[in-house]
Amino acid sequence: MHYVPDLVTALFFPPWKNWSYFWDLTVSGLTRGSIYALIALGYSMVYGILKLLNFAHGDVYMIGAFLGWFMLHWLGGPADPFISGWFVVACMLLFAMVGCGVLGVGIERFAYRRLRDAPRIAPLISALGVSIILQSSAQILFGAGFRDYGTEELVGFNIHSIGDVFFSTVQLVTVLLAIALMIALTLYVARTRTGKAMRATSFDREAASMMGIDVDRVISVTFFIGSALAGAAGVMFGLVYGQIFNLMGFLAGLKGFTAAVIGGIGSIPGAMLGGIILGLAESYATGYLPQGSTFHDLYVFLLLIIVMIVRPSGLLGTPEIQKV
Amino acid sequence: MGQPPYEDPPDEGAGGPVGEPRVGVDSWVASHEGRRERSTGISGRIKAWWQRTPPAGRLLVFVIPAIIFPLVSNSGNIYRYGILTLIYALLAYGLTIVVGFAGLLDLGYIAFFGFGAYAYGYLASQHTGHHWHAELALPVVVVASAGLGIILGSPSLRLLGDYLAIVTLFFGQAFVIFVNNANRIDFPFFGQVDLTGGAQGLEGVDPLNFFGYKVSTNKGYFYVAVIMLVLIVAMLHLVNHSRTGRAWRALREDPLAAEVLSIPVNRLKILAFAFGAAVAGLIGCLYSSIQTLDAPGDYSVGLLITIYAIVILGGAGSLSGVIIAALIVNGVPELLRNPSNGRYVFYVGLLLVLWYFLKTWQRLLIVLGGTLVFGWVLYGISSVVWDRGTSGQPVVDPETGSNWLSTAISHWMLTPTDRTQIANWAFFGLVILIMIATLVRGWWQVLVLIPTVWIAAFAWENLLFTPDQINGPTRLLLLGTVLVVLMNARPQGLFGTRQVEIV
Repeated sequence: MHYVPDLVTALFFPPWKNWSYFWDLTVSGLTRGSIYALIALGYSMVYGILKLLNFAHGDVYMIGAFLGWFMLHWLGGPADPFISGWFVVACMLLFAMVGCGVLGVGIERFAYRRLRDAPRIAPLISALGVSIILQSSAQILFGAGFRDYGTEELVGFNIHSIGDVFFSTVQLVTVLLAIALMIALTLYVARTRTGKAMRATSFDREAASMMGIDVDRVISVTFFIGSALAGAAGVMFGLVYGQIFNLMGFLAGLKGFTAAVIGGIGSIPGAMLGGIILGLAESYATGYLPQGSTFHDLYVFLLLIIVMIVRPSGLLGTPEIQKV
Repeated sequence: MGQPPYEDPPDEGAGGPVGEPRVGVDSWVASHEGRRERSTGISGRIKAWWQRTPPAGRLLVFVIPAIIFPLVSNSGNIYRYGILTLIYALLAYGLTIVVGFAGLLDLGYIAFFGFGAYAYGYLASQHTGHHWHAELALPVVVVASAGLGIILGSPSLRLLGDYLAIVTLFFGQAFVIFVNNANRIDFPFFGQVDLTGGAQGLEGVDPLNFFGYKVSTNKGYFYVAVIMLVLIVAMLHLVNHSRTGRAWRALREDPLAAEVLSIPVNRLKILAFAFGAAVAGLIGCLYSSIQTLDAPGDYSVGLLITIYAIVILGGAGSLSGVIIAALIVNGVPELLRNPSNGRYVFYVGLLLVLWYFLKTWQRLLIVLGGTLVFGWVLYGISSVVWDRGTSGQPVVDPETGSNWLSTAISHWMLTPTDRTQIANWAFFGLVILIMIATLVRGWWQVLVLIPTVWIAAFAWENLLFTPDQINGPTRLLLLGTVLVVLMNARPQGLFGTRQVEIV
């Protein structure tokens, strides 16, 4: 029977029989999860403030990956860079973040700002339009093929181990950087004046503007930060998985939104938690569930449906009370 | 409180009966709309005539040209302009039920279309060996699609607008992944079953076979599609004016208020999903039998965006708008494909857009004249200092060669020989210039528009119109741009009526 191999994986390598397989899946899940979490943050912040599902966010992430690639090649390419490997990575991240941030602000200014008080469907359709503009522009400008990041030539794939847990430097850096960015964001939102204005705006936009908060500016800052995080995620994806292409944003955006929904949309710690849970779930589904390598996206979809039915406001979200 | 009343010029209003009371319309709104819709001139007369025509007569206006069209056209054109337009329009009608009538944002709609296509392929193709007749297969597929619609619609009872959108979008994606891989699923007791043919697609789908009469030519399929269109439009018209239709509109305008009015909101949502899915499944059967192949790539997000563009362009809920929008959305890119027509379509479209946004003749003439002079001056400068810039040739139809337009622009437009790099930068510059042009006002805008129009033409001639791009990304790029611009300039669509919201 053809069914046997998958059963073998699931039954004969449960975590307590083969920990090293489990840890491999965990490491890969955490890496994925931190990328999803960064994307989810942008979705969640924008949704918290504008109640807008920013479909273009996944494509901003794709543009970020391409900006990183261009920076890499302006600095001499992965094989022979002008400066040492990790500086190149830092430059790529910085360039992608700033570029994507500006792109996000532009998108908000030109595609969403006029539609803030329009019926809910109008900004959604506009966002779909922006998404498809970004995708097809990327195909026109960069072509439809894959592009290699050449991570191994750039910084190497040094494998470290702690006991049974094996991970590469790039994976470690990705997870740590994601955590650092999330901490920075949390501090920014909690401690600074703009962060306070952001919270106020997401609580009640009209009241915030009456209190003298420049709502337009706050929304622009939100888009800048969210898109910059997506840009960083794009570069990380390129570094970890090695290849980028113009349609990579769609599914990643979908997963990012799923992560935001699972964690509770509008909540920043929720987006991080949702991202990590989603990454781990996808990774374990790939490893343990029948035909996981083909259908892991379907399993993620199932997870989303279950969460939405059991707890529509997400794990850390507060239920929305509908006012009449 | 609410926004200030609109102060738009009166020529912007569009169709829609004024007399009958609608949801969310009180006397103030009605008088306001009446004032805006008292249009004059040719468009006003057409509108008045259109509103006097009874619904059946309106349908005839579209059906009679459709009946004549195959008699004067060849098979390829029937397929490209006729059948595809009809299929888009039919799909858009199905989506109109869900989005336009009931106001549920269903982004997994294409999956129902694909489900119908694959289900028909399963019932009648060489792939499975079943050869059901159409009169049996179509009802079965329609009922099955409606059942799937009910299953997918059931989360909509708990999910608010945007959550529903994401769940359905994910469902659409899951469908594509499933059919791409369902040729190698191992079932616990049956072993490996090839359900869908995987990435190759499900091959050898039977033509529609009604009681032994096989539809085999494009002409035949065109008439089948026209009959389906008439039936579906008639059904939608009746549903829209029924109790259920009114309840859907109430649901769309305000779900909470509808529920308070003891309208069975849950049942209506499910009903809308099932209705839309059934229509999509039926069209899937038609499409699959025309293609004789179900390929997973046909049911992607690109098609979803196209159908949404049609529904939105037509004005959600407007029945005649959908057909016109389908003609535009399918016809314009098909015309663009041919180099000799494509150039006319582009420049005429550019003129129309400028005319719409500039509003006055003087500014339009200044922008056009300025652009011409700008191009000639640039050409003159470049012929002296930058040899490469003038040495290329514009793209022309390989069969008919150059026509007067391509000759005319060859001394106005720069066509460098090695153009990819510079055209990419021009595209980038075009995006920046368009952004600047929307930010500045008055005469500054006119000044910015002159290089913008020229560089738009430059990017078109050297990048978007090249054979590599015109068949794929250019079409999607134009669709996306249309969606964004339309949403910002006229959210109610080309043929919809603007709703005045009362707070």
